[in-house]
Amino acid sequence: MQNTIIEAGRSEKHYWKDLWRFKELLVILALRDITVKYKQTFVGIAWAIFRPVLTVSVFVFAFDKVAKIENKSTIPLQVIIFTGVIFWNFFSISFQQVSNSITNNANLVSKVYFPRLLMPISSVAVPLLDFIVGFAVMIPFLIYKGFPPTINILFVPFFLILSFFASTSLGIIFASLNVQYRDFQQIAPLIVQYGFFVCPIAYPIASIQEKSWYPIYQWVNPLAGVIEGFRWCLIPNYQDFHWNTIIPSVIFISITTAASVIFFRKKEKSFVDYI
Amino acid sequence: MTVIEAENISKKYIIDHKSGNVKGNTIREIVTDNFKNFFKKKVENEISHEDFWALKNVSFKINQGDRVGIIGSNGAGKSTMLKVLSRITEPSEGRITIKGRVASLLEVGTGFHPELSGRENIFLNGAILGMKRQEIKDHFDEIVDFAGVEKFLDTPVKRYSSGMYVRLGFAISAHLEPEILIVDEVLAVGDAEFQRKCLGKMKDASNSGRTILFVSHNLTAVQGLCNKAMYLQKGSLLEMGETNLVLANYLSNIQKTALESSWDNLENAPGNDKVRLKKIKLSPDYLDNLKHIDVRTSFKIQIEFWNMMENDNNLNVSLHLNALTGECIFNIGTPSISLKKGIISAECKIPANFMNDGSYAISLMIVKDKSTVVHNFEEVLIFEIEDYREETTWYGKWPGYVRPMIDFPINQLEY
Repeated sequence: MQNTIIEAGRSEKHYWKDLWRFKELLVILALRDITVKYKQTFVGIAWAIFRPVLTVSVFVFAFDKVAKIENKSTIPLQVIIFTGVIFWNFFSISFQQVSNSITNNANLVSKVYFPRLLMPISSVAVPLLDFIVGFAVMIPFLIYKGFPPTINILFVPFFLILSFFASTSLGIIFASLNVQYRDFQQIAPLIVQYGFFVCPIAYPIASIQEKSWYPIYQWVNPLAGVIEGFRWCLIPNYQDFHWNTIIPSVIFISITTAASVIFFRKKEKSFVDYI
Repeated sequence: MTVIEAENISKKYIIDHKSGNVKGNTIREIVTDNFKNFFKKKVENEISHEDFWALKNVSFKINQGDRVGIIGSNGAGKSTMLKVLSRITEPSEGRITIKGRVASLLEVGTGFHPELSGRENIFLNGAILGMKRQEIKDHFDEIVDFAGVEKFLDTPVKRYSSGMYVRLGFAISAHLEPEILIVDEVLAVGDAEFQRKCLGKMKDASNSGRTILFVSHNLTAVQGLCNKAMYLQKGSLLEMGETNLVLANYLSNIQKTALESSWDNLENAPGNDKVRLKKIKLSPDYLDNLKHIDVRTSFKIQIEFWNMMENDNNLNVSLHLNALTGECIFNIGTPSISLKKGIISAECKIPANFMNDGSYAISLMIVKDKSTVVHNFEEVLIFEIEDYREETTWYGKWPGYVRPMIDFPINQLEY
């Protein structure tokens, strides 16, 4: 028989076991988000195709045709932008979904117990599905542009997992703070907006690699390494794989993930009192 | 076997008060306030914190198979208690040990998503309440049947009527099979038929050995369903024990609406220059151990008034017993007799097993010569009669204003 002890400030011994026990709820919450997103739409899941294609077209128009960004690599800018946008959409949407995951599920928080970590995790389902669809559209485009995927494509999941941890850990911190201070609801979209320009999404990292501040940049912007790694997987002869771009990212993301989970667990018991 | 043991649990909330001038909370006001304070040395609107104890040092033990009703007036801490027990919020102090799987039902249809269909919501809500997918599948047909929504399974619940919504919500939770079930006032919603179904289902659950904790304002339901009751007042556990005893104490506490009104001097007594009321008193013949009036209690109504009219007059007292909704239940009058100036008394006895449960008001009229009203004392006394039933499985409101015990035999004539 299951034994539960409830005590002030006691960290639940069975937390991780509980999280596992509720895995079905995780799946169902994820399915809920996906179903709800495309309910009462005419083209349904096809939006997952339209959105990235339209975004990429606009960015190509703006950065390649109008702004004429200097491209130091041999790769056409369209390819750079497409790979960047697919990645960035996943990161930014997961981050925003996770940030709002607790407040969006306020009715659950105040009425029923389950490990609260389920809510942020399950809210990554929608961006993940979008990513998969976008990815499937991108591959034919890359082949058409003369960049058929190589064996490197097998490393995509690794970078996907890295970006999952990056967006979720940042999102979890925002989600916990958002419960008490809704200011974070306002800040999250700003981060996404500015992040797009700060990270090498619409331009290749080669454009900034020679700058004197680049070594600092790669330490403070953990995403840059992940994006570059992602491109390395997809674009043949992109650049040599640089361990020194990815290692800072891995260290940075591991630390934030651990910190965010500790922070979240500390805060989660008081969610109901502030929500 | 003890399945729930609570030791000194307390739950504290911190309430913020703004002292000084009362200031608003909108962005504009906060900005302007801070702007003003920036130039002033002294901060006027300091925020003071006050501790509010929703629960204070509550300890109890609940055995397996107990059906515990939690009663208390609004703000007594009942809901906080359930939230702490179902781990939605953690206690500020104390410790609770729970043996077994807990399911809490603090709301009907928790987590229903309006866009999703009935079918999808069954799985969603079931999972939220802690059911396994297989369990939900096994009970799926029963749930649909119980809720009576076969036709609308694939309709989004946003298009459901509120009745269908509630029925579906309850149907799912009724098929939960936890060892400990925690239920909050879910019966407050829905019609009489639905309430009957809910209580029946809870009774079934308790018969199969499950432990139930149940918060309700429907004392009839608590009485019928629970073998133990917990009486909370202002966050403290006042009493826990056998349902009837605890209920009786609770009722006598809340029935302290004075059963007697009396006035010592003529100046402040109600009335006019001819008659003034001196006393009205309701004296119940309490059943043993009880200190409240229920449907089995007979009671006397005693009236005294000052007659200030100089000559002898034929007077009688007319008593109206009204429901609080305004309808008159009955009107009785004393004989009209010749009375001198002085103090007059009248008394009547209302028999047991006559009035139904409810709230009632007494109005009095002093009548001269059987025709002229000298004064009308409206609603001079308000009192309540509580429900009492034995051996029943139905807990809805007993209809009618009277509940006379009339012999009503039934026979089988042919077979």
